[in-house]
Amino acid sequence: MVADAPNFAGWSCPLPLRDHDRVTIGHGGGGQLSSELVEHLFLPAFGVTAGSELRDSALVDLGSVRLAFSTDSYVVRPLFFPGGCIGDLAVNGTVNDVAMSGAQPIALSAGFILEEGLEIAVLGRIATDMGKAAESAGVRVVTGDTKVVDAGLADGLYINTAGIGIIPEGVDIRPARAEVGDVVILSGPIGLHGIAVMSKRENLEFGTEIVSDTAPLHGLVAAMLAASAHVHVLRDPTRGGVAASLCEIAAAARVGIEFEETRVPVPEQVASACSFLGLDPIGVANEGKLVAIVASHAVDDVINAMRDHQFGREAVVVGVVTADHPGVVVARTSFGARRVVDLPLGEQLPRIC
Amino acid sequence: MRYLDEFRDPELAARLFADIARATTREWAIMEVCGGQTHAIIRNGIDQLLPPAIELIHGPGCPVCVTPLAVIDKALAIAGMPDVVFCSFGDMLRVPGSEHDLFQVRSHGGDVRVVYSPLDAVRIAEDNPGKQVVFFAIGFETTAPANAMAVFQARQRGLTNFSLLVSHVLVPPAMEAIMSSSNGSSNGSRTSRVDGFLAAGHVCSVMGSWQYEPLVERYGVPIVVTGFEPLDVLEGIRRVVIQLEAGTATLENAYPRVVQAAGNIPAQAMINDVFEVCDRTWRGIGEIAGSGWRLNERYRAFDAEERFDVAAIDSPESTRCRSGEVLQGLITPHECEAFGRECTPRTPLGATMVSSEGACAAYYQYRRLDATGVELRGRGG
Repeated sequence: MVADAPNFAGWSCPLPLRDHDRVTIGHGGGGQLSSELVEHLFLPAFGVTAGSELRDSALVDLGSVRLAFSTDSYVVRPLFFPGGCIGDLAVNGTVNDVAMSGAQPIALSAGFILEEGLEIAVLGRIATDMGKAAESAGVRVVTGDTKVVDAGLADGLYINTAGIGIIPEGVDIRPARAEVGDVVILSGPIGLHGIAVMSKRENLEFGTEIVSDTAPLHGLVAAMLAASAHVHVLRDPTRGGVAASLCEIAAAARVGIEFEETRVPVPEQVASACSFLGLDPIGVANEGKLVAIVASHAVDDVINAMRDHQFGREAVVVGVVTADHPGVVVARTSFGARRVVDLPLGEQLPRIC
Repeated sequence: MRYLDEFRDPELAARLFADIARATTREWAIMEVCGGQTHAIIRNGIDQLLPPAIELIHGPGCPVCVTPLAVIDKALAIAGMPDVVFCSFGDMLRVPGSEHDLFQVRSHGGDVRVVYSPLDAVRIAEDNPGKQVVFFAIGFETTAPANAMAVFQARQRGLTNFSLLVSHVLVPPAMEAIMSSSNGSSNGSRTSRVDGFLAAGHVCSVMGSWQYEPLVERYGVPIVVTGFEPLDVLEGIRRVVIQLEAGTATLENAYPRVVQAAGNIPAQAMINDVFEVCDRTWRGIGEIAGSGWRLNERYRAFDAEERFDVAAIDSPESTRCRSGEVLQGLITPHECEAFGRECTPRTPLGATMVSSEGACAAYYQYRRLDATGVELRGRGG
């Protein structure tokens, strides 16, 4: 045991990572462990200075044009789930990462790692779904790569996509722009994707089928930006859910965020499944939702524009940005009490009791 | 799929809070026994909204918290063996043993799987005759019937590659240990501060509520069988307070939609067929006589401790950890010297910091907010 609490604030040595000498599944969960891997291993290795702003997509400034650039890998199991498959997820996920900087996505790459033995028909279905998703998102898959690994070395297939988009003139959307007094908007009901995939993977049935919300959000973002110039932050709450997104924004902007739990729309099937499994819906993944931080005077304009869009019909204000408790997210419970919402450590685990 | 909103209604909750406030004239310490109730209390902030005179003490009813270090180390040893599939409920994977956790065993090549029912583990054993499949059978009386059923089925089907690592614990002996003052505390001179109990509803649904009559009589404490939704918890508190204020001590059932006095007879028969009572060590508390179940003679062949020869593993608990005193309400978490220093949710020394439901872990979060200067009424802070 160490004598003092571990202090990693000024730590730049890339190894070892805290108490892990090997990668655990939690390092991919989008929570604290993922952040530590990025902060303490990748950033130092890539020569990125500590404290650099981390976003869903990077900004590449070419002078005359500003590009948003992002990449994401998809390792979902099962490959097909209610509401989608790994293919449309790989398109929508990267489109959304690009869109969260306010950019209009223009092109995607697609890299496939295929497991020996994967049925060609399955690959064909997935590729077709990708094509359809790209078409409905209005982006083109312009380059790609295929590799095959020995049987047993992959779960059927993995897909990596990267995407670029053009950030419109004057648009500056990033987590550090959250300001005290801003309002927190959620684009709709949460938890659908995570529970849909989990219920399929584990053969859990919750009465009615829960369908993933996977969808491209750049159209919704464009509508919001057209309605107001005062959208400060956008985030798609995928792994780690809304909890992780809000925690990351609070940390990046050094502000507090307080939200009303009763205002967060949780579909009844998601609430039931979470209650059964001992999970918190606020930490469950979404693939077709966004969190927006908006200047308070612009809320009506933004939310009306969202509700006019098919992927923002159920948009709601859930909270505010506050000067209290900088860096900390607080939920006001339905009874009026308050609790701290933490960045999940790794994956949420079902509780025993 | 219903039964959610009805038991979370803020208006009804406000009425119960008001009733409790009106009824309370003195200071009372009430222990909720079960970790599920602690979770409902913390998640909804119930403790912040009760009258200041009511103190909630989070009891030892979180199976993750109380499973002793030695058992975790046995699990880790077995899970790391070749040709073993180690099956567990999800939240045990992150509980640290002396050196690592099940996640890390997995990252070193161990086959560790999360299952949602012990019967899934039996199926895995059937599907993998060349592997030894072990299920980590922990928990209170609540999880015991399904665990018993799993080993019962394995025996019926003649599975020789299935076994249980058993660390079952029983609620009534733990409550008795808390009431009989010195047990488990490193400071044996102090007596229990608990004035009344919320008994764990789901344990009672299996075993019946009759088990608690002797405790009520022997120690003169009100015990109210209580459910897990926020309104259930509030109703339990209300009934305990009314008894305490009236100076009565009886057993009440505030969870009649689930609990019957006799409990679930077929489930009890299943348990009795497979398990027998034994002494058991509780993390942070110590050994409590007759407080656990182990496989009985007829099922001993399914005992993973013997099959994998790990019975001798005996890992000492941290001597700095005072979770036993925290669990009995004798100290508040931050009165422990290790709290927030070498003991954090990432590096827990003992039971109550291990699970997010544990008193120390919950307190750690609140203190974090306190430290930012926000007014938030903590307990005993």
